Amino acid sequence: MTTTTRTGVVLPSLATVYRTRASVELKEFFRQRESVVFTLAFPVILLVVFGAVLDYDIGGGVTFTQYFMAGIIAAGILGASLQNMAISIATERSDGTLKGLVGTPMPKSAYFVGKIVQVLAVTVLIIAILLAVGVFAYGIDLPSGSDWFTFLWVATLGSASCTLLGIAVSSLAKNGRSASAMVTPIALVLQFISGVFFQFSQVPVWMQTIASFFPLKWMAQGLRSVFLPDFLAAEEPAGSWELGRVAIVLALWCVAGLLLCVATFRWQDRSAG
Amino acid sequence: MTASSAAAVRPRTGEALDPDAAISIRGLVKRYGDFVAVDGLDLDIRRGEIFALLGPNGAGKTTTVEICEGYRTQDAGAVHVLGENPSDGGRRWKAQLGIVLQSGAGDSQLTCRELLQAQASYYPDPRDPDEVLGLVGLTEKAKSRAKTLSGGQRRRLDVALGIVGRPTLLFLDEPTTGFDPEARRQFWSLIRSLRDLGTTMLLTTHYLDEAEALADRVGVIARGRLVEVAVPSALGGRETAPAVVSWHEDGARRSEATSFPTAFVRELAGRFQGEIPELSVARPTLEDVYLQMIGERS
Repeated sequence: MTTTTRTGVVLPSLATVYRTRASVELKEFFRQRESVVFTLAFPVILLVVFGAVLDYDIGGGVTFTQYFMAGIIAAGILGASLQNMAISIATERSDGTLKGLVGTPMPKSAYFVGKIVQVLAVTVLIIAILLAVGVFAYGIDLPSGSDWFTFLWVATLGSASCTLLGIAVSSLAKNGRSASAMVTPIALVLQFISGVFFQFSQVPVWMQTIASFFPLKWMAQGLRSVFLPDFLAAEEPAGSWELGRVAIVLALWCVAGLLLCVATFRWQDRSAG
Repeated sequence: MTASSAAAVRPRTGEALDPDAAISIRGLVKRYGDFVAVDGLDLDIRRGEIFALLGPNGAGKTTTVEICEGYRTQDAGAVHVLGENPSDGGRRWKAQLGIVLQSGAGDSQLTCRELLQAQASYYPDPRDPDEVLGLVGLTEKAKSRAKTLSGGQRRRLDVALGIVGRPTLLFLDEPTTGFDPEARRQFWSLIRSLRDLGTTMLLTTHYLDEAEALADRVGVIARGRLVEVAVPSALGGRETAPAVVSWHEDGARRSEATSFPTAFVRELAGRFQGEIPELSVARPTLEDVYLQMIGERS
């Protein structure tokens, strides 16, 4: 029954379609004022405000701004991955974009490749802007030597786990607006209890325990090891940076996120049958 | 009945799928919970024809079309679209289809041209995006972002996205909703030019004039079953149905239903010795027979 299949037809290469999707996703993100302001500008504004207001010494001549640098980068990664994916994919599912794409010969992997490129670009950009503002406006000390390597793997693992979680969470929401209503307060609460806006050691222990179940706390902790002098590791709950545990928890969230994505991802709105 | 009898030959449940048909459906059943959306539907759509599926909301049109497109799977029955089972259709199979969904595509920050270029890149032998923009009358909107288009322009963009991959089979689910009369006429001529290129089309519509203007055959679907399949002029036997001749006489409107309108008009002409005042001869419209058909079933 394959008489009608044109076997001579050459489908476009994966590389071609991946390039198209990457370009589409970058345009969709950077042309939308809301996403640029919310995801890119908001962490920068927070850094500017917190840096100007909370400029106290947290011990050993280290300013809170130096501490906040780690937290705001972690929050920036969370916004670029989890919040961005949850909201944009829920929107594209409810408005029929996904259904339209899956009716074309586009390989399904291309959709996710496009999203990953988008998250990567936004994440790199936000980290660069935050570092630039930190260094030039507030005299933040940049990491040195092997700290850059820690920075790289913490950001990569954190971003990967939160991207996968964001894709999974998008399936819970009816549309982009409800995804935003669901994910924004959760992200905000996590930021408060994970050592982004306050020193983690000042957060009540039971809240620390809750925060420990989620990736943000571990991302922020890993990044503190990058931005803070090692004597401040004594302030951490375990008395050390626990980089091994950071890697394990974030890797486990990657696996859990991937399983959730595979189990829950839908190309069509549920209401459409 | 000569034109309609060939068209009215309909497959039955249990017969083999037609290997030469663009779409061949036997005994199709789809349920949503207790609701039977499609209830034993049989249909063959020939290559190169425009087939219009008519029916009230909830009759099973979109469900049938979406099973053919591979979006839904049937509970019973067999479906072949371009020789393949839609739920097994891979990229090569999809490359031969064009799909204009009822819901349309989503909001996008991309321009019309960018969207068409992206869509074209998924297909092995796409049309030129600028040529397609011209075909749907959106050349002036090439650089406008999709989300700034009006409802009718958005729909034309949906159609453009559906044809840019040079489909051999095009699905159009209520394509002209939101069109003004002029845009609808332009759309009709676009559809006719696609047919001239050999594109097979399955069209669902609420507009009977659209089905009559475009379709080679129409199928009326009610309660998940095909009530009738015929060429538009013969639907419901309306080509042989009594015509109503009406005219003005003695200060009043008079009318007569007759199966021999020509003879009757000749007789009237003899009586009036020339022009018959306000003469009209009307067959039942497609709408008349359609409403009668779906009315009988509900």
